[in-house]
Amino acid sequence: MSGYRLERSGDIDRSRPINFRWEGRSYTGFAGDTLASALLASGVRMIGRSFKYHRPRGLIAAGLDEPNFIVQLERGAGTTPNLKAPYVELYDGLDAAPVNAWPSLRFDLLAANSIFKRFIPAAFYYKTFMWPTWRLFEPLIRKAAGLGASPKLPDPDCYEQTSAHIDVLIVGGGIAGLAAAQHAAMSGKSVMLVTGGRHWGGRLAGTSDSVEGKPAAVWIKDMLRTFTAMPNVTLMTRTLATGHFDHGMVSLCERLTDHMPIHERSGPRQRFWRVRADALILATGAIERPLVFRGNDRPGIMLAGAARAYLHRHAVVAGREIVVATTNDSAWYAAFDLAEAGATIVAIIDTRPSPSPALVERAEALGIMVHASMAPTEAIGRQTVRAVRIGCVSSAGRIHGATQTLPCDLLLMSGGWNPAVHLHSQGAGRLKFDPGLSSFIPEAESSGHRIIGGAAGDFARYSTLAAAPEQAVTRRPGPPQAALWSISESDVPDAEAWVDFQNDVTAGDIALAARENFRSVEHLKRYTTLGMASDQGKTSNVNGIGILSTLLAKSIEAIGTTKFRPPYDPIPFGLLAGHRIGDGLRPRRQLALHDWHVGRNASFEEYGGWMRPAAYLRPGESEADAVRREVLAVRTEVGIFEASPLGKIEVKGPDAAAFLDLMYVNRISTLKPGRCRYAIMLSENGTVFDDGVVTRLTDDHFLVGTTSGHAAIITEAFREWLQCEWTTMRVLVEDVTTCWAVANVVGPQTRSVLDTLASDIDFSADAFAHMTAQRGYIGGIPARVARVSFTGELSYEIAVPWRCAGALWETLIAAGSSHGIVPFGVEALMTLRIEKGFLHIGADTDGTTLPQDIGLGAIMAKKTQDFVGRRSAHRPDGLRGDRRSFVGLEATDGNAAPLAIGAHILPAGTTQPQPGEGWVTSSTWSPTLGAPLALAMIERGEKRIGENVRVWDLGAWREARITRACRYDPQGTRLDV
Amino acid sequence: MLLIECPWCGPRAESEYRCGGESPIVRPADPAATDDAAWADYLFYRDNVKGLSFERWHHRFGCGLWFNIARDTVSHRILAIYGITDPRPVLGPGA
Repeated sequence: MSGYRLERSGDIDRSRPINFRWEGRSYTGFAGDTLASALLASGVRMIGRSFKYHRPRGLIAAGLDEPNFIVQLERGAGTTPNLKAPYVELYDGLDAAPVNAWPSLRFDLLAANSIFKRFIPAAFYYKTFMWPTWRLFEPLIRKAAGLGASPKLPDPDCYEQTSAHIDVLIVGGGIAGLAAAQHAAMSGKSVMLVTGGRHWGGRLAGTSDSVEGKPAAVWIKDMLRTFTAMPNVTLMTRTLATGHFDHGMVSLCERLTDHMPIHERSGPRQRFWRVRADALILATGAIERPLVFRGNDRPGIMLAGAARAYLHRHAVVAGREIVVATTNDSAWYAAFDLAEAGATIVAIIDTRPSPSPALVERAEALGIMVHASMAPTEAIGRQTVRAVRIGCVSSAGRIHGATQTLPCDLLLMSGGWNPAVHLHSQGAGRLKFDPGLSSFIPEAESSGHRIIGGAAGDFARYSTLAAAPEQAVTRRPGPPQAALWSISESDVPDAEAWVDFQNDVTAGDIALAARENFRSVEHLKRYTTLGMASDQGKTSNVNGIGILSTLLAKSIEAIGTTKFRPPYDPIPFGLLAGHRIGDGLRPRRQLALHDWHVGRNASFEEYGGWMRPAAYLRPGESEADAVRREVLAVRTEVGIFEASPLGKIEVKGPDAAAFLDLMYVNRISTLKPGRCRYAIMLSENGTVFDDGVVTRLTDDHFLVGTTSGHAAIITEAFREWLQCEWTTMRVLVEDVTTCWAVANVVGPQTRSVLDTLASDIDFSADAFAHMTAQRGYIGGIPARVARVSFTGELSYEIAVPWRCAGALWETLIAAGSSHGIVPFGVEALMTLRIEKGFLHIGADTDGTTLPQDIGLGAIMAKKTQDFVGRRSAHRPDGLRGDRRSFVGLEATDGNAAPLAIGAHILPAGTTQPQPGEGWVTSSTWSPTLGAPLALAMIERGEKRIGENVRVWDLGAWREARITRACRYDPQGTRLDV
Repeated sequence: MLLIECPWCGPRAESEYRCGGESPIVRPADPAATDDAAWADYLFYRDNVKGLSFERWHHRFGCGLWFNIARDTVSHRILAIYGITDPRPVLGPGA
């Protein structure tokens, strides 16, 4: 127990205590705390176990760079894994647990891994668990190495998505961002300034550092007050810029309710923004580097800047006896502030031979011992640091000579600062290595955005403020940062010195990878998993690259960085999905008479995006019973079917007929007005694409029927041809599918029903021939009627304006009642068409079916002009003699069960599975014929009618015979009425 | 996400569009007289350019217009937008 809270100061409200639970125990913090600051103030040191070795770990950072304090927040459906505790704002009732300890933090069974650490180095799992298969071991290893648990239930929260188009977007609410916003706002431009956390001012928030002659806290407050009077400025806290994409789009994640007690939350949890700005300014600051030395992962070792942030933001002193180890000036200020807050600074250890005299003087005034040219070489302690051993260090990190031990309960470290260049890099901005800073900094010219302040490697306050209004990226030389990539008592990197805390990668692992010749930084990353954890190596990447560079004696510039990828910090999938979940992802369309079908107890299924009745179940009926009854009603009396989803495209213009000739295998231009023709369309690749009935309404006006659910695609294809290829053709194309609802009345009694209607249309055989169409009125409703049939029975398709569907339907049902009219569903329709051997595109055909395979060879040969797909159908593969063709199949084994769809067809006499000659494409029980029927694609099937074959499915054999596709009324006499 | 200037609707997000690939692809005038290799070239073979690419795009969730774009496939910079029947623009080395 060593962290504690000060009586005064900090951006917290001591009058509002907040109760929360951590690992099942109750704690209290204050309004303004984060989970990390509250636990730090409560003296909790060990907050997690490491990913691989289950070593005890403590908090090291104060932001999203935190690699250790990763929590599972809340339980049940609303649980969120892998949140960084410094970013989790405290709310009443918060319940969090560590993600990688089992069964508990203090007693972790898997900590045994730690004892065997030297036997499980980088890539150990891949090298060892190879026999018989990695998959055997993977689940166990994953359990041991898991980071959090994803929720098992649907996300109870909702998320919002929105866009913004503004003049200037500024990312980062530190002094650089605030100053840039002020400057941009004064020109009257619309400005959006976003910061990921709750507070403004970045690392200076709460400090007494001087900014433009004022204490930082006052400067920040004044700046915010200026903005409240500027309507063109939008300030957004709790809004993290997560990605920077092509053409300057920036994604933001705005956390709306995450900081509230759960029972007070309402509305969307988070909001996803897509922002496009004329000018983008990145002021994302910098991330502190840890020092790499033996045992540097012990709880009680923190980044110096983080300890300073906890002090100023939350009034938390992270320890009582503090040693500060650094390579640069910044950690000195942390030491001074903590000393002034009452903590004991045991010593400042600076790796540089001669730290600035001003700093040394101030340290001495505060009674702090200073050790120059020295570095920590080992942290001592187990569940928390007890002491640190220090020694003289060379500029390469080698410890030599005697060491001494300093007792401490908090060790602060700083290995320098890396500009947070993530968004710059994601936006295709290049990086260069700056030897003065020993960091990668953005290359100014390489991007369309500006980058200022710490993110540009500009760590000096005065120059950051000066840079804010300027047009170009700037960087003033600040004090240099010496590189010290790893500290070791031998010539090789220390195998117990951690580089990537979250993924448990040590300097020794990097040495191993280099020894095994993984020299590219991308290979190193994947072999050791360095930087591949959920923090994407925010604290580890540059140190890792530095170590590799030393080992390979190759410049850091030449090694380069791995690629930065969005998101900057993990975001919920729900945020990316927004409203596009469930029916919002792919809306299911309802028929014009949906409610009527529901009232008739239809069982609905989705066909091509439409919810359609599969069958109408009467009391006591199974679906199979209902289908059987419906089929027989259509064959013997009369049925009615809602065919509204049938694709309907109007094609009009002087060149409409010539255009459709190009689109279809069949000749369309010879069709007379008022007549219909069944036609097949190919893709340019020659394969069967769609079919339907084309009706010529007038000379230059056609109604093109497509398969249900395909109308939009066909319309788009027509338009692509017209716009891109036949650009001079005068043709208009419009998809009118949902303008017209369609009732299909089918069966031998159809005419008796239609004759009773109040209509100007004569439905008699003489006046209304098969494959013709007429326009007229039915009960005062304008209607387009076509006599076409997909069942082999007398059939009229009656299309009326969608809003009139109910009236037409009621009229037809009333007229049909004395003839026992039966509504039928899609399953009955499919059975009827299989009995007739009618092709169903997409069921009987696939992406390899050519027109000659489905019996269109003769029609193609007869047509003289070119059409889409014709040439492709005559490539060598299309001319093969052994192509599959579309035929029927009848079971000959006396088994009444339909053949399985997809079953393989093999020659008679086959006893062992072998390459098949084709497969079953459609199959059903035919109530009309009282037998199972199937359709199939079979090699040379057309020439093998009558031949016996064997049918194999999932190990079972059936006997069958090839037949013609049409098994019912092959002469079509039932249509001739 | 690219920001593409539809000649009809103005600048719109990439998600409103569909890329139709290399442009122009000229359909052989007499397909029946085109040999298999030339036909396969028309159907399947496309340049896979690193750098300046000429392609056609469709404002699918907008006005429905097809038009041409000259785009750098490395930087994603759009260097020219021109009509579907217009010739490929000549772009200087500075473009």
